[in-house]
Amino acid sequence: MKRFFLAIAIYFLSYNPLYALIEVDITRGNLDPLPIAVSPLHVDIKSVEHEGIKVKELGNNISSIIEKNFKNTGLFNPLKKEAFVQKPDIAHLKPRFEDWRLIKAQALVTGKLLVKDGKLKVEFRLWDLTAAKEMTALAFTTTPSNWRRVAHIISDKIYERLTGEEGYFDTRIIYVSESGPKSERIKKLAIMDQDGANTKYLTLGNELVLTPRFNPTNQMITYLSYFRNMPRVYLLDIETGMQEVVGNFPGMTFAPRFSPDGKKIIMSFAEDGNSDIYTMDLETRLVERITNHSSIDTSPSFSPDGKYIAFNSDRSGLQQLYVMRSDGSNVKRITFGKGIYGTPVWSPRGDLIAFTKMRKGRFYIGVMRTDGSGERLLTENYYQEAPSWSPNGRVLVFYRETKAGSKGEGFTATLWSIDITGYNERKLSTKTDASDPSWSSLLSK
Amino acid sequence: MILNTNLKNIFLVVFTTLILSACSTAKKSGLDGDVYTGKETVKYLASGVPDRVFFATNKSSLTTASRATLRKQATYLRKNKKLNVTIEGHADERGTREYNLALGERRANAAKDYLMTYGISGKRISTISYGKEKPVNPGSSALAWSQNRRAVTVKVN
Repeated sequence: MKRFFLAIAIYFLSYNPLYALIEVDITRGNLDPLPIAVSPLHVDIKSVEHEGIKVKELGNNISSIIEKNFKNTGLFNPLKKEAFVQKPDIAHLKPRFEDWRLIKAQALVTGKLLVKDGKLKVEFRLWDLTAAKEMTALAFTTTPSNWRRVAHIISDKIYERLTGEEGYFDTRIIYVSESGPKSERIKKLAIMDQDGANTKYLTLGNELVLTPRFNPTNQMITYLSYFRNMPRVYLLDIETGMQEVVGNFPGMTFAPRFSPDGKKIIMSFAEDGNSDIYTMDLETRLVERITNHSSIDTSPSFSPDGKYIAFNSDRSGLQQLYVMRSDGSNVKRITFGKGIYGTPVWSPRGDLIAFTKMRKGRFYIGVMRTDGSGERLLTENYYQEAPSWSPNGRVLVFYRETKAGSKGEGFTATLWSIDITGYNERKLSTKTDASDPSWSSLLSK
Repeated sequence: MILNTNLKNIFLVVFTTLILSACSTAKKSGLDGDVYTGKETVKYLASGVPDRVFFATNKSSLTTASRATLRKQATYLRKNKKLNVTIEGHADERGTREYNLALGERRANAAKDYLMTYGISGKRISTISYGKEKPVNPGSSALAWSQNRRAVTVKVN
């Protein structure tokens, strides 16, 4: 994938931030989503066809993606287009606020686009209908094939303006695509846009692959591969397809993640049946041992400031969560609730740790503060695990498996997301069965 | 009263059937606690030498039956000096993927260590963990899980 965000030029059009009257509170469950009208973008008549892109429908298609993004947040209620009175081009110049208020819209998105000379020019405006003011406006120039990303970037800008939080629409999710019978699953690395579009497979399925994770700073992936039947942590550059094994370990390495600066990989290394946590610096190749304990230490995850590591250990007898300094000192157990705990993942905001909890044959995804207090279970199911944070720390994506019959029939693996408020649980659409999701950072940051 | 007696009879019949069926499942399932003791999925390295041992949930300790099986494997390996093996450690599906990888590794090494105490060189035994990735029984039942919590000794040459 090209680094096309560099080619996107962004211009701020005039707007006055003083008139921020409508806003969306995302800190609690939102049972009253904001009614928003997304007008189709007006397609300039000077537009010309470009490499199989349906230019005439582009205005509609971009606004549909924006609507779908908003709908999926659970925070917005995009209104039906049949009720729209004003034509897109006129609305973009100056909306007749009373017309839009009549259909109970509180915010309005308008825009226009031009495809010419191999370039796509887009501008959009966000209007506060209650105050009858423009809230924000932006213009972009990019290549026409980037039109889906344009829709996601517009969605991010509007989300940011209305919620005060960074958006998460111009992002991708890497996961493990699964097919075949349960006892002989074929697993491939797959990547898709956050809305399920543009699925690509990064491995062929010849060897077992597990737990891919994004580098938070670039387009690198770390994952576990059973290449040549030797389970080892690998690095993959999505742009070039280059792969390499991480470090020279004489046994299984697994459970990899990047440090927040993207320069180290933290993982488990199993030696004589005992798993401990190690880091490897990707530049200097320096390997450091972080834990040294006769129990299983795995699933390490750095805090966003890089100063702490959360991990999973059974040193107390059963799986529990622990936090230590990044040099391995000052180990503290943080979970004491009923049940056992796994897969701690530090929020990119630093305030919470997401985890999997197992109790009485049920699986929960939850969040707690980094000292283990304030545990909140967000969702309960027969089997689910492996939460991964949206880059703004507001949504978790995880995978779920269903109970199988005696021959493995009825087994499925699917990706789900839920707000950290516990609301808006939603199945993600994937082309195949899927597990082990990892959410990228914002591509256009 | 007649109705009542009839009901009692029905209960008796139902009750007896339940007891009988409970007995037969216990026998068929071959579970001791939650460790599998049956032979349904077991293969043999040689006549009388089972290839696998089974574990309790979240455990990697060897049961008395497992030790007996591994002693038979050790005897067999002592007789076949040129044979090398890989021990594949597995977990059931009811745990997180990463912890299960570590648990499978621990189980494979528990079997390896026991073979070594019976005189088999560690150089002849490699280990690999598949975690929950390769169930021998794809079902989602206590029986399936018990058959999947295993360490399997596989000839490599």
